[in-house]
Amino acid sequence: MNQVLRILVVDDEPGMRKGGDRILSRFAAAYPDLDAEVAFEVETAATGEEALETIAARPPDILLLDYKLPGISGLDVQGALVEQATDILTVMVSAYSSLQTVIAATKRGAYDFLVKPFTPDELRSTVRKAAHHVLVHRQALRLAEERRQVRFEFIRVLGHELKSPLAAVEGYLDIMQTHVLGDEIGPYDTMVERSLMRIEGMRKLILDLLDLTRIESGKKERALAVVDLEERVDAALELVRTEAQRRDISLIFERAGAVQLEADTGELDIILNNLISNAVKYNRDGGSVTVEVEDGEGQVSVSVADTGIGMTPEESERLFREFARIKNEKTKNILGSGLGLSIVKKIVALYDGDVTVESAADVGTTFTVTLSRAGGTGAEGTVATRGSGPPA
Amino acid sequence: MTAATRTILLVDDDVDLTTQLQVLLEAAGFTVAVAHSEREGGQVLAEVDPDLVVVDLMMEENDSGFTFCHHAKAQRPDLPVILLTAVTSETGIAFDAATEEERSWIKADAFLDKPVRFERLQAEITRLLGAPA
Repeated sequence: MNQVLRILVVDDEPGMRKGGDRILSRFAAAYPDLDAEVAFEVETAATGEEALETIAARPPDILLLDYKLPGISGLDVQGALVEQATDILTVMVSAYSSLQTVIAATKRGAYDFLVKPFTPDELRSTVRKAAHHVLVHRQALRLAEERRQVRFEFIRVLGHELKSPLAAVEGYLDIMQTHVLGDEIGPYDTMVERSLMRIEGMRKLILDLLDLTRIESGKKERALAVVDLEERVDAALELVRTEAQRRDISLIFERAGAVQLEADTGELDIILNNLISNAVKYNRDGGSVTVEVEDGEGQVSVSVADTGIGMTPEESERLFREFARIKNEKTKNILGSGLGLSIVKKIVALYDGDVTVESAADVGTTFTVTLSRAGGTGAEGTVATRGSGPPA
Repeated sequence: MTAATRTILLVDDDVDLTTQLQVLLEAAGFTVAVAHSEREGGQVLAEVDPDLVVVDLMMEENDSGFTFCHHAKAQRPDLPVILLTAVTSETGIAFDAATEEERSWIKADAFLDKPVRFERLQAEITRLLGAPA
């Protein structure tokens, strides 16, 4: 990324202005760590008063400010900038390298100090450092702003997701209150059932939200212990058994003997419950869910395959985002918080792991989670989430 | 023509909303057909030949309702269509079908903000269909 930063050189000596302009105009600083290259546009001013005028008209990114000026001093200029709360980075230039000057200037927010006389290399090196600071500072601001936007968006969607079940339940209660379908309770049965479903969905959303918050805050205590993976899969399958039987979905567990890993049981359960309940939820009646466990070198993997409605490659792509519920005719009666897979992804990251999905519309979807056997670093890194393609 | 013979087609992917509106509209004397997507809506439209359509803006796509309106009006220019939209409260973008110009490109006769108040919907239906004979 190529950038141009503006520098204002303020010095009452014409030679210093000319020299600074000549050296810095030809200077380009490369910062491999930021993937940036910076060139400089130089302006000069001979007095503090002229400097303030130039700054007001065309604010520079970096100010090379001579301490001793004929009218108002460099320190006064710096003071005025502090009052205006600009984010101009100041390098104070002075022939007097007394400690007092340094302290006074630093107190007023000068970033660095350059002592006269200096060599062209010293000037370049100082400007190079200052420009790096400007870039890093701007990048941090940008990231903070992006994070803020993501949070706003999250809260906006969350608000909508919480409002929608309330509106549904309210609507049913209104109908019941005015006895639209008569005085018998029977005709209202579906409405009661749907209301309970929407409330249950809302409860799940709130619980997921709390899980997500705990993981993201990093405050959740991780209790790592040796866990038998088979046992956890059995427990997760047990939770969906009634629903699977009701819809004639067979639950198949391809056992691979005892597979152990160091994990937090709670975290592991969240992963397995999410994947297995999704496999039932998004399945067709009479379909099947197949769970396979694999014992690999230093890591274990669990795959959960369903014979359900599947997804298009575009749908798989969006899958792990928060509130990225796939909305189509096939999912209209399926309730979900839209946070489950986003939570799975975050937990898997704690285990230095990986979630992958393979899916084909109307054929089925297979999720594979790979976890480090040693419980992982617990650092929330980036997880590879590869999408799409028909199952092999 | 009596109110009982009038058919209203509801197209919305919100199952709870269609269930509720169906109950209320039937209680008000209408015959009601329901579809839960733009695609299904097109099929049901051909089957039931409704007197009025109430359609949601955002279904499979963010503008499914517009597309549906467009096709419906191409087939039946006289068919009154009410477009339900949560857009105003969601994104702050306001739509209105007050002027002739807006109506000419948004093929709907009335717009209602979600959440829908049944009284408002009923008033719009009466306005578009005329009072029950």
